Amino acid sequence: MNFSDIFKETYISLAANKVRSGLTVLGIVIGIGSVIAMISIGEGAKTQIQTSIEDLGSNLLTIFPGVVQPGRGIVSSGRGSAQTLKNEDIETITEIEGVAAIAPEISRRFQITAATGNNTNTTVTGVETNYLFVRNLKLADGFFITDSAARGLGREAVLGSTVAKDLFGENDPIGQSIRINRVNFKVTGLLAAKGGFGFSGPDDMVLVPLSTMQKILAGADYLSTISVSVADKDRMNEVRDNINYELAKKHRVDEPDFSIISQEDILGTLSQVINTFTIFLASIAGISLLVGGIGIMNMMLTTVTERTREIGLRKAIGATKSDINRQFLAEAVALTFVGGFLGVAMGWVIAFTVTSLEIIQTSVSLYSVFLAFGVSAAIGIIFGYYPARRAASLNPIEALRYE
Amino acid sequence: MIECQNITKTYKTGEVEFNALEGVSFKIERGEFVAIMGPSGSGKSTLMHILGALDTPTTGQYFLDGQNISLLSDDELAEIRKNKIGFVFQAFNLLARTSVLRNTVLPLVYAGINKNERALRAEIALKAAGLDEVHFNHLSNQLSGGQIQRVAIARALVNNPSLILADEPTGNLDSKTGEIVLKTFEKLNREEGRTIILITHEHDVARHTRRIIHIKDGKIEDDSNNQ
Repeated sequence: MNFSDIFKETYISLAANKVRSGLTVLGIVIGIGSVIAMISIGEGAKTQIQTSIEDLGSNLLTIFPGVVQPGRGIVSSGRGSAQTLKNEDIETITEIEGVAAIAPEISRRFQITAATGNNTNTTVTGVETNYLFVRNLKLADGFFITDSAARGLGREAVLGSTVAKDLFGENDPIGQSIRINRVNFKVTGLLAAKGGFGFSGPDDMVLVPLSTMQKILAGADYLSTISVSVADKDRMNEVRDNINYELAKKHRVDEPDFSIISQEDILGTLSQVINTFTIFLASIAGISLLVGGIGIMNMMLTTVTERTREIGLRKAIGATKSDINRQFLAEAVALTFVGGFLGVAMGWVIAFTVTSLEIIQTSVSLYSVFLAFGVSAAIGIIFGYYPARRAASLNPIEALRYE
Repeated sequence: MIECQNITKTYKTGEVEFNALEGVSFKIERGEFVAIMGPSGSGKSTLMHILGALDTPTTGQYFLDGQNISLLSDDELAEIRKNKIGFVFQAFNLLARTSVLRNTVLPLVYAGINKNERALRAEIALKAAGLDEVHFNHLSNQLSGGQIQRVAIARALVNNPSLILADEPTGNLDSKTGEIVLKTFEKLNREEGRTIILITHEHDVARHTRRIIHIKDGKIEDDSNNQ
């Protein structure tokens, strides 16, 4: 029996039971479709997060006070509680070779009131002039905190776009005055909206001079973060080691009482989280694929029983065991293959819908499509094998007699 | 052409042994039209299964065209059935919702004959079985009983077998249609020289053949020429 004959036989017998074949295929369609959709959503989320983290500046090292506990990750690093970073450290780090710029900062949350009567509770960060450059941010309007303001306890503030909207609505905030913790500030600049994802979302933030923040608002002389921009991306590790060494020496400690995290670390950790999440989603989808496969097996077993007489006849007119085996296997694989094809289409449509509803920017990768096809063919073979074997091993005499 | 030597067949159900055939020997020459007759339980079905290479005897030898069939494996038996034997069943056993032509070419599909030759041979066989050409593209479920059995006969003829085995071919037909089908067998035997073995329990059916082998309790009771 050659290929085109098997194909024809398969078509005839599947078409004879269109509704049943269709429902069985549906199981595979849903399985494959959801696997593709989940993987594409996961991949999309990963790409999106990668882009927004790279937007923060790819050659950025961030120094936090305290030690990041292994396994706790970067989110719960306990920053703010430890007070080991001081203003003197700025000088030490600036002198290290390969450091292009450095932006020390200290943040607290404060209640902010505008002259309009609107108020908001948000993060106020004391920064120096370099902050804009190191953090890869842009001004939409006005000017940034000047050197003289940073040194001279200037009462100037730069607003993130969300804060500006909260406080002043559609009005121009430049030149207006705001009260942070009952201290008056004048708005001199407005940050360009960055949107997207990030922890220290620059859109929801008020920037004030570092000295003002330390001496007037927070009343503390420590720093909550020092951001370091490295001149050469290839020398990140070297610069990091140097900072580690010099800073530990300066603090006179054996083990560093601070932590240095690069964008790559954040990226790596987040990618890992998202990968885990993607695998989790895909496994749930995979379960429905498995259920679909069992559906195929169920239908094939029913078919074999129903067509016992036909199998007997085929054997009587000369079909060998392997002829019968191949024919029934072909039917199972045909079902899963059609299911796989439609499933890829369905997954693609879901991914496209998610993208066009602007929930998340998905990307259907070629590998997931190949994977889906491979898996569906494999499911056909695995779940079709037993019914096909059962059909092939039927005794022709008993099969012909079957009522 | 067919030679059975002392064939026995024993079935075992648990501890109980049952001899369906107890030493059956006979010869059938090419071009004969033979009826194997007997009441139900006589062993005639078992004999048909052995003659049709669906089963092998427990002891004894069965030669078809000089080849000893008694010792072959399942796949070798399938090969014999494919090339040398055509079956006609009481229950017709056509593929449901499948065209007459597709049903007829099925043995050729397994024999690996190419498409053009298949169609040609199927038409010749269907004409020989006496089916009108208008029905060739009809589906099997659109035909009458008599027409269905003609398609089944054509299917048995199509691979040009040495032996046609018909197991109660008129059992599911009314007597008038049965008569027409039996006439078709007669004609195939007379005009094309086909060797045909008809298994039946009805004397009216056996009457159409030229030789009748009576079987009872697994033994040949009588083997005589008709008329």
